[in-house]
Amino acid sequence: MELQHGIIILMGLAMILSSILAMVIKDLISSVIAVGVVSLFASIIYLLLQAPDVAMTEAAIGAGLSTLIFLYALHKTKDAEEEND
Amino acid sequence: MIKKLFAAVLLVFMAVMLYQLYSNITEKSGLSEVARGYAERGASELGTQNIVTSIVVTYRGLDTLGEVSVLFIAATGVAVLLRRRKEDEPAVTSAKRQSSEILQTGTRLLTPIIVMFGVYIFVNGHLSPGGGFQGGAVIASAVLLLFLSDTNYKINHGLFNIIESFSGAFYVLIGILGILLFGANHFLDNRILPLGDFGTILSAGAIPVIYSLVGLKVGTELASIIDNMKKD
Repeated sequence: MELQHGIIILMGLAMILSSILAMVIKDLISSVIAVGVVSLFASIIYLLLQAPDVAMTEAAIGAGLSTLIFLYALHKTKDAEEEND
Repeated sequence: MIKKLFAAVLLVFMAVMLYQLYSNITEKSGLSEVARGYAERGASELGTQNIVTSIVVTYRGLDTLGEVSVLFIAATGVAVLLRRRKEDEPAVTSAKRQSSEILQTGTRLLTPIIVMFGVYIFVNGHLSPGGGFQGGAVIASAVLLLFLSDTNYKINHGLFNIIESFSGAFYVLIGILGILLFGANHFLDNRILPLGDFGTILSAGAIPVIYSLVGLKVGTELASIIDNMKKD
């Protein structure tokens, strides 16, 4: 039980760290990946807290699909910037 | 300077609020009254092994209908905002870089397995964790893999629209059937079909049917959102 608490606290710290990273990093692609990592850690925490249904949604939508939609959106804005230059 | 001061004050406010929430947490020794009601009645009344499913699909069926509608509106909004006009369709699709051999081979191997896993999740929604939304998202990620491996891949829009519309319509019809058979507060009642043996795949009444419809709807909707985002 104590070990599990330790793991959850560690995961929470990793979440805070990668969300700070997402704000600080200048490279936007790395920033999007950091946001995805936050979701991934969140889904593991849900799993450890006995909520597998929520964990599955978080992993599929939060870490998977939304990260890619961000990347597609980033790709589009970059194209527009290059055209305007 | 003013901006930074404002941010600092806001952070202090947040910290005070969160600390008060945190200091009020007490560990519970049992379920609350509502939760106990669901936990005791779910299995015997509706025949579901996964209590979360019985709450999401039947007891809180109207909320799920709301969620499905929100997703539908989001998908429609993305399609409307990002629609491609016929006249300025670019002719330079061949200029894109091909994806790597590893990704192409991996996609060919993995796509059927991922789709099957998604179907497994929503068909077994009443027995194991997961359900329509999760299974649909997994299926959409298989479509995403197809998009990544083949830059010219196109989904069959007509088929996707038909699947999405029919599953949405049947979902609401099954819900209304509950009202017609059992009375006004039985929207999405799963007992319109026999409950069957507890713990088998064909049990829990209409829940496997409802979750299959939700899964198909969510999967096709998310896939068409990705498709609309991808177009350039």
